[in-house]
Amino acid sequence: MSSQAHTGRGVRALLLGLALTYVVVLLIAPLAGIAYYALKPGFGSIVDTLQLRDVQHAFYLTAVIMFVAVVVTGVLGIVVALVLARDRFAGKAVVSALVNLPLAVSPVIVGLMAVLLFGTAGWFEPFFAAQGIQIMFALPAMILVTIFISIPFVIREVAPLLEELGMDEEQTAWTLGASRLQTFFRITLPNIRWGLLYGTALSAARAIGEVGAVLIVSGLLQGRTETATLYVLRAFDQYQEEQGYIVALMLAGFSILLLIGIETFKRRSARAVS
Amino acid sequence: MAGAAQHAVPRRFLPWRVRPQPGALPRWSLRGVALLYLGLFVVLPVVAVLESGFGDGLTNLKDAMASFGAWKAIRLTVVMAVLTAVINGAFGTLLAYVLVRIRFPGRELLSAIVDLPFAIPSLVAGVMLVALYGPSSALGGWFEDHGLEIIFAPPGILLALLFVTLPLVVRSVQPVLAELDRDEEEAAHTLGSGRWTTFRKIVLPALRPAIAAGSLLAFSRSLGEFGAIVFVAGNIPNKTLTAPVFITQLINVSPDQAAAVSALIFGLAFIVVLVTEKLISRHSDRYSA
Repeated sequence: MSSQAHTGRGVRALLLGLALTYVVVLLIAPLAGIAYYALKPGFGSIVDTLQLRDVQHAFYLTAVIMFVAVVVTGVLGIVVALVLARDRFAGKAVVSALVNLPLAVSPVIVGLMAVLLFGTAGWFEPFFAAQGIQIMFALPAMILVTIFISIPFVIREVAPLLEELGMDEEQTAWTLGASRLQTFFRITLPNIRWGLLYGTALSAARAIGEVGAVLIVSGLLQGRTETATLYVLRAFDQYQEEQGYIVALMLAGFSILLLIGIETFKRRSARAVS
Repeated sequence: MAGAAQHAVPRRFLPWRVRPQPGALPRWSLRGVALLYLGLFVVLPVVAVLESGFGDGLTNLKDAMASFGAWKAIRLTVVMAVLTAVINGAFGTLLAYVLVRIRFPGRELLSAIVDLPFAIPSLVAGVMLVALYGPSSALGGWFEDHGLEIIFAPPGILLALLFVTLPLVVRSVQPVLAELDRDEEEAAHTLGSGRWTTFRKIVLPALRPAIAAGSLLAFSRSLGEFGAIVFVAGNIPNKTLTAPVFITQLINVSPDQAAAVSALIFGLAFIVVLVTEKLISRHSDRYSA
């Protein structure tokens, strides 16, 4: 580490101190603040909050939406990644840009998209109304907007991985007579599993935390279309800060677990390539 | 990719069924599923926004901009996004430098903490800031006594955006810095240039595309951020109302007008993201070769 010698001890300590201060003030202190307010009323009130029917339903709804969004964007994400990494056709660059598009779209605009397609006077509203299927202000719209937001994560992790890994192993399997599905499940999937898990964990985090888009399409029916984040939003609006802080802290705790998974998967995924 | 074209056994000696094919699954059906998926979930909604917003020309946009608080909301959002991009561009680069170039105990932990905003729901980030700096908290009370309002004021919006976008810059700069060849720095140092000069003349120019890419991502994310801001801002028209919250309110009045404003902001954000992708790919082309 000869270049470490170039940067003197004092300068290094200064840079490190500055960086740590920024992280503590910006990221750690607010987390401590929320933990303080959530835990202040005591253990009993946490138990009481978790027994509220609305709270339980909110977590249940968040789990259902996350699960469906993660499965759909995971499975179809692998397909898109395969196409991006291995297929050649005119307009592939456009497909690649489309994958990144949801990252640029505000969640609020995603909610608006659902309103324009499925809301009153929306493009598909007559069709689904005729079938008697409720999309807006119900679970289907909430799942659809969450899928839109989660689309990029798996694809952005898996596509570069596939490109890096090449196809030698698959071709060997093919030459030895393995079927397409065998090749996929025995070779491709194990090779990309850490990248896939990393992307999935990122999507899950995004799906759990989504609020803007879900807020617009949910119709805010208390105890029916209220996810955990929407519960927090209402709790603060109605001056039930205690419950709001507790549910928010639980969401933060779950996110930190996910983060540990994210960091592990990221490291494994990087190792798998090298 | 070069390996993909070479086959161990000449193609014509293989029975048709086991001939190596590009992709382990049938190519056309895969392409079809991918295009259908992106078409239905991405293209269709975007077309709906453009059609609803600009189907009648610019009327919707003009009406939307004439409504109370519209201009100020957009201006506030853009100003906050620029500030976020600049501040996190600097501190994100600093953090990347510290993570790559300085060995210290707890480096892995700091690296994980930097990713915290990727995992924490942005709404929870907003709640966190209210808990820490809100008028009822000790710290918030102290700031208010000294004439600085944080929550329900622009500083709160800025803090929320800085929180949400920090990892975007760090994760964009870090890999480039890690790959950077140190020979030039050594040479500059040997020739007697000081630390700061070496950094400014050698390291910074090499990092510039990555810093720009990270800052642009932070800018575009800030344009659309809703969850982190909705608590912190207070959403007072003409003062702390941001564009995303303004659009949320406009949807209830006129979805078409909301679509026109959305298309404007989203267009800006998407162009920024495309430019960013270009910056990143041009950079990796140059350095992987």
